Amino acid sequence: MNGPHDLGGQHGLGPIAPEKDEPCFHAEWEKRALGVTLSCGAFGAWTIDESRHARESLPPATYLAASYYEIWTRALETLLKRHGFVTQAELDAGHILEVGTEPKRVLKAEMVEGVLARGGPCDRPVATPPLFFAGERVRTKNFNPETHTRLPRYARAKVGVVEAVQGSFVFPDDNAHGKGENPQWVYTVVFDGGEIWGEGADPTLTVSIDAWESYLERV
Amino acid sequence: MSEHHHGHGHGHDHHQHDNHFTDMEARVKALETVLTEKGLIDPAAIDAIVETYETKVGPRNGARVVARAWSDPEFADWLKRDATAAIASLGFTGRQGEHMRAVFNTPGTHNLVVCTLCSCYPWSVLGLPPVWYKAPPYRSRAVIDPRGVLAEFGLELSAEKKIRVWDSTAELRYLVVPERPDGTEGFSEEELADLVTRDSMIGTGVALSPEAAR
Repeated sequence: MNGPHDLGGQHGLGPIAPEKDEPCFHAEWEKRALGVTLSCGAFGAWTIDESRHARESLPPATYLAASYYEIWTRALETLLKRHGFVTQAELDAGHILEVGTEPKRVLKAEMVEGVLARGGPCDRPVATPPLFFAGERVRTKNFNPETHTRLPRYARAKVGVVEAVQGSFVFPDDNAHGKGENPQWVYTVVFDGGEIWGEGADPTLTVSIDAWESYLERV
Repeated sequence: MSEHHHGHGHGHDHHQHDNHFTDMEARVKALETVLTEKGLIDPAAIDAIVETYETKVGPRNGARVVARAWSDPEFADWLKRDATAAIASLGFTGRQGEHMRAVFNTPGTHNLVVCTLCSCYPWSVLGLPPVWYKAPPYRSRAVIDPRGVLAEFGLELSAEKKIRVWDSTAELRYLVVPERPDGTEGFSEEELADLVTRDSMIGTGVALSPEAAR
């Protein structure tokens, strides 16, 4: 979707403002937001792709004004309600009002170390060989789906060079919407700055994206 | 902020910020309370998650990887070919580090990592991302104006240096291996790791010189 999250190349968003000796967290609630988000992810009710889509589906004004833990928290409320774990009335009341969905698992303290150390690999085998090879010129698709995609707007309909075939991975455009993992080959594709930004582009700049096979066409 | 247009001073902005902060505090509290009452989350698990990223998983992990690569050409080679396995051999695995790639700065090319679409970051080697990494200014500008971005970090690259920006649009997570600073011959891995800053492994900085690290 062409949402507020797709930020590459936008102007006017201000200085970076790096913080010297930045703390790990800036407030207690951020710690809880991190832990609650990861704990709910462990339910097994939604995928990382669905959660990314919930975040980018926040109203643009909200998204752009929010810190990232706020984005996580608001999107988590959406996911919990969508999957029947909590109701808005419960969030408003701050207490349990009814029985909701049963999760596949509840993350207990003693499970945390193992779960974090395992992570969630999302490489999957595919039956067909890669369509493109390293060194080949490719063009990215021009499309504007209203649904989740990981092809940023700035890199659509651009010609680049495949630098590496990176393996085969779950296809987020489908997986975010419960249409299955449908893995595809993923390629690192490199573009000249001039191909992406045109006039005035930094001549020393190249930008790469990691693109699923169906984002690409042979030139 | 519209407050500025209405002539209110800093105090008003600060007040509004506090209200906002309180709103999030209440929101997260409500969420945690409801989920705990339902038996869906374990508050002690949240403590364990926080403790992991406050004390165990952070940029010191990545610095060890870089220091090993500087010290051991065979390891550097392995890191180039199969970063996930090479990094795992030092004990760093897991969430948001499942599929690692290491990219090496050279005299000719400087690498910079961004996630324009969200906040993808190699947690297993760098810990949780800094606020600026997840915020709109960095995400919007890194791909179009990397030199301007680097200047804000106090890093001026020579005009002929090439810049390669890696937008983490898939599940690969990138670790920049900065160039080894001059004057570090004979340094132990531990001493070398002290020169490797978090920002140097994102590409918004370079490794410290031995003088700067003192």
